[in-house]
Amino acid sequence: MGAGIVSYGGYVPRYRIRTEEIARVWGDDADAIKGGLRVESKSVPDEDEDTATISVEAARRALEGASVDGDDIGAIYVGSESHPYAVKPTATIVGAAVGATPLMTAADMEFACKAGTAGVQAALGLVEAGRIDNGMAIGADVSQGAPGDALEYSAAAGGAAFVVGDEDVVAEVEDTVSYTSDTPDFWRREGERYPQHGERFTGKPAYFKHTEGASNELLERLDAEPDDYDHAVFHQPNGKFPARVAESLGFSEKQYATGLLAPEIGNTYSGASLLGLVATLDEAEVGERIFFASFGSGAGSDAFSLVVGDGIEERRTGLCETFEDVEHLDYARYAKHKGKIQEE
Amino acid sequence: MTAPRFWRNIEQRYRLVGTECETCGTAYFPPRELCPECRRDGDVVEKEFSGEGQVVSATVVHDAVGDYESETPYTLAVVELDEGTRLTSQVVDSGEGERVEKGDRVEACFRRVSDQGDEGIVQYGTRFKPV
Amino acid sequence: MLRDVAIVGVGQTSFGEHWERSFRDLFVTAGVRALEDAGVGGDEIDAMYGGNMSAGQFINQEHVAALIADYAGLASERVPATRVEAADASGGLAFRQSVLDVASGASDVVVASGVEKMTDLGSEETNDALAGSADREWEVFGGGNVAALYALMARAHMDRYGTTRRELSEVAVKNHQNATENEYAQYRNEVSAEVVESTPYVAEPLRAFDCSPASDGAAAVVVVPAETATEYVDDPVYVEATEQASDSLTVHDRRDVTTLDATRKAAERAYDEAGVTPGDVDLAEVHDSYTVAEVLAVEDLGFAEKGEGGEFIAEGCGSVGGETPTNPSGGLKACGHPLGATGVRQVVDATRQLRGEAGTQVEDASVAVTQNVGGTGGTAVVNVLSDRRSA
Repeated sequence: MGAGIVSYGGYVPRYRIRTEEIARVWGDDADAIKGGLRVESKSVPDEDEDTATISVEAARRALEGASVDGDDIGAIYVGSESHPYAVKPTATIVGAAVGATPLMTAADMEFACKAGTAGVQAALGLVEAGRIDNGMAIGADVSQGAPGDALEYSAAAGGAAFVVGDEDVVAEVEDTVSYTSDTPDFWRREGERYPQHGERFTGKPAYFKHTEGASNELLERLDAEPDDYDHAVFHQPNGKFPARVAESLGFSEKQYATGLLAPEIGNTYSGASLLGLVATLDEAEVGERIFFASFGSGAGSDAFSLVVGDGIEERRTGLCETFEDVEHLDYARYAKHKGKIQEE
Repeated sequence: MTAPRFWRNIEQRYRLVGTECETCGTAYFPPRELCPECRRDGDVVEKEFSGEGQVVSATVVHDAVGDYESETPYTLAVVELDEGTRLTSQVVDSGEGERVEKGDRVEACFRRVSDQGDEGIVQYGTRFKPV
Repeated sequence: MLRDVAIVGVGQTSFGEHWERSFRDLFVTAGVRALEDAGVGGDEIDAMYGGNMSAGQFINQEHVAALIADYAGLASERVPATRVEAADASGGLAFRQSVLDVASGASDVVVASGVEKMTDLGSEETNDALAGSADREWEVFGGGNVAALYALMARAHMDRYGTTRRELSEVAVKNHQNATENEYAQYRNEVSAEVVESTPYVAEPLRAFDCSPASDGAAAVVVVPAETATEYVDDPVYVEATEQASDSLTVHDRRDVTTLDATRKAAERAYDEAGVTPGDVDLAEVHDSYTVAEVLAVEDLGFAEKGEGGEFIAEGCGSVGGETPTNPSGGLKACGHPLGATGVRQVVDATRQLRGEAGTQVEDASVAVTQNVGGTGGTAVVNVLSDRRSA
């Protein structure tokens, strides 16, 4: 097999808050929101969790029982919109926590929700160039939505880590294509606590244009059709957008159902499409093909075509089983967990 | 804790790297460079702990010192690692209304232990959660 | 010891929140009272040992022995002054070092003092300073504090021996009862077990009223060679033994989390040196920084079997009139606990008992024990005092 994914792991905090509970506080119509967003609940970090801790947990799961250990990682890239520091990388914290330091390169990435997949491309590039044996890319976030804003229903916490290499590959990257433009659909200025978004502007000119752009280009280059794929994973800011883009591209519900986690865990931003990929790899069989396209506001989409190989069985992680042990919070505890209210 | 003081023990705090006295076989976490059993005759080397263990005793803290006040109530426990050494740590993710008891199995997890307000370094470390 | 030592003077300030009084006001008062009690002049003093846990954090002041000597009028006499520290066993250390100084023949008149000024800080900073008696790196980092560490010991004791919540409360009830007659105590009101159990949790099972209070205060004791003691007073109190022991700083490294081996060892050494057994002891001033600590103390000092400390208290064996009255002064809980002063205050109260001058008096008291602990048990000092009247 060519270069690709050697092992992977995802982590979602065990706390949830239901759409009804948020709606109750703001006097919104929960059914209408659920109908519109198709998000039933979202994940909430514990008070002592953040992007770095989530990245470490995902990274450790990716390395658990893998053929690769910390020492073998030559590069770590962490993509997020909620890095703990404005200046000082999250990637070095992960490096120290998995024993990859000091002989490695590292950097943090930012490209809204596709920062993690940008990291995958960068790590893959180093592997394919023969510069490193294995690299790790992580997408993780503890995303913020302003209280009372529509984003609050979906802004969630979680992350996934992928180890890439050219040996012991369990999912080969056949090709990857990106579609990028300067589109200000969703942004956050330095020093601001909550992001701004263009409401409906985030749809057609942003999410759909770029996801379709990258996906169609990839399919063309590979001379492939949606039917050639067993699974499809798209960026999932809610439960609706991935369904709609799948339909417009020609993918079926059967193909994307496995990787659609947003209805249960909300939008984990840089972790979202990657966690969908984790859930998919946990089910995909040897020889199956996976179509994957992320999206990040600002805006861009990274599309990948993957083929599952031998050894996938030993690498499965059971991510969705961990969703069985969750605790639902009321709004007050949720606000405390997310630091929206603090003791002075 | 200042940056150099925290940095000095990153391997200990992130990865439970302790020590072991090869002369008497005692494992130490937190690490000791001088084995109290063997003293100068001890041959002490580095050892990474598995992070798995069980609770020896646990309490729920309601009145905390410093940064930890915002986390109350939280569970604090003496945990005995499978390698035989004991340490003191918070136990998280134990579930609403569930009491952590002596004998409960726990495993290490990576958490944001303290951030010293908006300006200082963020201090990460190992806490434990029920298995 | 090379020669026997006796106590000829004691003095203390009342303990409490002394807003108008500073660190130096406190120790000067206590020192003057002790010297007057001994009939000793400042120019006769050969050395001074000052116990203080944390002037550095509470009042940003180091070099406190020099400060104490200066304001006590001893610096002008060029008296050697030494500050000793072992968290809240600092006072016990100061007493022991003073006794050893006289016993060795190096000095003939030594003052042991202990002082702490805690209330200039707000509660957050005070709690942070207190946490310095535990292991900052490996117990406090991440969420530990002294109360929580004692709570861990309490839970383990309850799990293993069936000690009850009520038994812990009885420690506080007894000590408050005893302090009603102690003019120097911070709290002279009685409390019921129900009241103790209705106060908010600090760290389960410990509640606010299981914890001794932060206080300001000072205490001092004058020691001389036994052979010269009656030149100063008619009723000297003799130091039959002063012993000290260490244990791991952290609770998690202890051999047994329900035992303070430092107390056990210091007591063993002290009883051996004094030629007494626990049964010979008429009263003990013990270190009830938390109610559970008194339960452990009665076991570790040998008054009760391991595991039966709770019953011992609940059945009245530690009350005045019982088998071995503990904390007839009111203990740390009711007297107050200015960290560095407590160990010396215990000696002051034991001395009053042996002289027959205590508020809540133990009848025919002839042999007394004091037990002073640092933090969660890294240090313990155990003294055996007697009036040698029955000897």
